[in-house]
Amino acid sequence: MIRLEHIHKVYEDGFRALEDINLEFTEGQINVLIGPSGCGKTTTMKLINRLINPTKGKVYINGEDISKINPVSLRRRIGYVIQHVGLFPHMTIFNNVAVVPKLLKWEPRRIERRVNELLDLVGLDPETYRDRYPSELSGGQQQRIGVIRALAAEPSIILMDEPFSALDPISREQLQDELISLQENIQKTIVFVTHDMDEALKIADRIILMKAGKVIQEGSPEKILRHPANDFVKDFIGKKRLKQSEKVPAVDEVMIENPVTAYPTRGLAQSISLMERRRVDSLIVVDKQKKLKGYAPIFNILEKYTEEEQTLADVMKPFEHVVEQGTPVTVALDLMSTHQLPYVPVVRSQQDHTFVGVVTRGSMVRLMADVYPGQGNEGV
Amino acid sequence: MSFMVDLLAYMVNHWDLLLKLAIEHVLMVFFGLISALVVGVILGVISARYDRLAPVILSIANVIQIIPSLALLAILMLYFGLGFYTVTVGLFLYSLMPIIRNTYVGLNEVDEHISEAGRGVGMTAFQLLTKVQLPLALPFMMAGLRVAAVIAVGVATIAPFIGGDGLGREIFNGINMRNEIRIYAGAIPSAALAIIADFTLGRLENRLKNRTES
Repeated sequence: MIRLEHIHKVYEDGFRALEDINLEFTEGQINVLIGPSGCGKTTTMKLINRLINPTKGKVYINGEDISKINPVSLRRRIGYVIQHVGLFPHMTIFNNVAVVPKLLKWEPRRIERRVNELLDLVGLDPETYRDRYPSELSGGQQQRIGVIRALAAEPSIILMDEPFSALDPISREQLQDELISLQENIQKTIVFVTHDMDEALKIADRIILMKAGKVIQEGSPEKILRHPANDFVKDFIGKKRLKQSEKVPAVDEVMIENPVTAYPTRGLAQSISLMERRRVDSLIVVDKQKKLKGYAPIFNILEKYTEEEQTLADVMKPFEHVVEQGTPVTVALDLMSTHQLPYVPVVRSQQDHTFVGVVTRGSMVRLMADVYPGQGNEGV
Repeated sequence: MSFMVDLLAYMVNHWDLLLKLAIEHVLMVFFGLISALVVGVILGVISARYDRLAPVILSIANVIQIIPSLALLAILMLYFGLGFYTVTVGLFLYSLMPIIRNTYVGLNEVDEHISEAGRGVGMTAFQLLTKVQLPLALPFMMAGLRVAAVIAVGVATIAPFIGGDGLGREIFNGINMRNEIRIYAGAIPSAALAIIADFTLGRLENRLKNRTES
């Protein structure tokens, strides 16, 4: 486990890069440091392998104060993937991956085995690729090598500094997916720096949001989305993402509150003319106390139309599915789609059956239109 | 036309002498360059590492370069006497500047991110220099060596003025004896040496460049 305690970093020119940072990076998880540029996220990461030393404060790895460890031997125990790939262009792929094992003076046969194993891990055939130079590989392949170079000496901690930011969107997505599935097997403590919120939300087990040298909020992606600490966090996450994750609205918010209803005592001819006027194909039947009784589709009414003494009470059918007030719309949507219902009535409670409104397919469409605002004039 | 025949006849008849002079010429250049390479690379590394020393080292090397070759050799003669070694020292001084400057530039050209990757994986400063930075600066250093070699081959022709030998000896004798053929017999091979040095080092430089390009 990595722990930062009361870290301050002031550069020679007086720039206060970090102010009183207290953090723990959880073991075996992907910890993402995110924030706008200049927020101190990279500086924070570089404290861990002592590429940067704090002005004040201490960093502990597994309880050990790292200022007492020789930086060179410390770095050999920590994997490091950098922003601009950072492969050594004059070394073959084999030598690039083997850099740290060689520095640690592993046996040649062990290095050989390890490199082949790692190349297989990221789907690059060792026979084909080991003797090539980095310039002969695509950007995505190069960064795969960058990642396995960090894994080579089996460190328990891996630092990744915006590793995928220079890649094209497709390779970036691919490498993110690969990293997630890789992490399931290797379970390393990963500290990942990015400025891309989508990337953070996708890969992070924990997100640490920073601004101007301070930690603004930390927690699971879920927690940050649902409970952003302040306006800065909201802005940084972006309105669109927040809206998507907001609680699913209740049926109350989308239902139609005054649909066409009729009393059970209403005659059939009366009902037909009501339906004509309101342009509906079925009536919701409620009694004088607004208790929901059932519904009368137009075909049922027409069937008995000739029998003058019949009323709606005789032709209506009871509802098989109703929802209570406060039910999430997803439940109503689910009912409608599994039972092919044109609408679902909403009642105050299942016991007293007081009718309050209906959720129709149309109201769902309006809700979707609110959540996903149109993209200008593109829609046809 | 008869002149060409005479020149060729002279060169064929005196091939053993010309070969001996050419070898001497090459040796002077070689020793001068090798010592300049050792010292120049060290000074170049120092300049690249310590920003404050860089202008001092580079200016001194520049000043040495500016002194006319004949004057430099004459001054050296006052301290080292006549002969082969004085010439070698002169060539050494002349070769320093291109090598220092190109080592310095080459090291500064190494992508900072690559150096940081080296530090980040746990290389010591010395390992970073020898395993990453110098190999990457090598094409630049080769370009410096190439320039130095061409200059040195040329400067070495004035060696006879301070008691050295080499192909300059033929040119020098030719001038004294007003013998055109002997002047050419010295000048053509030394020009050829310069071209050969330029060509072979140039090819080496390109090979290194292709390999290290990222």
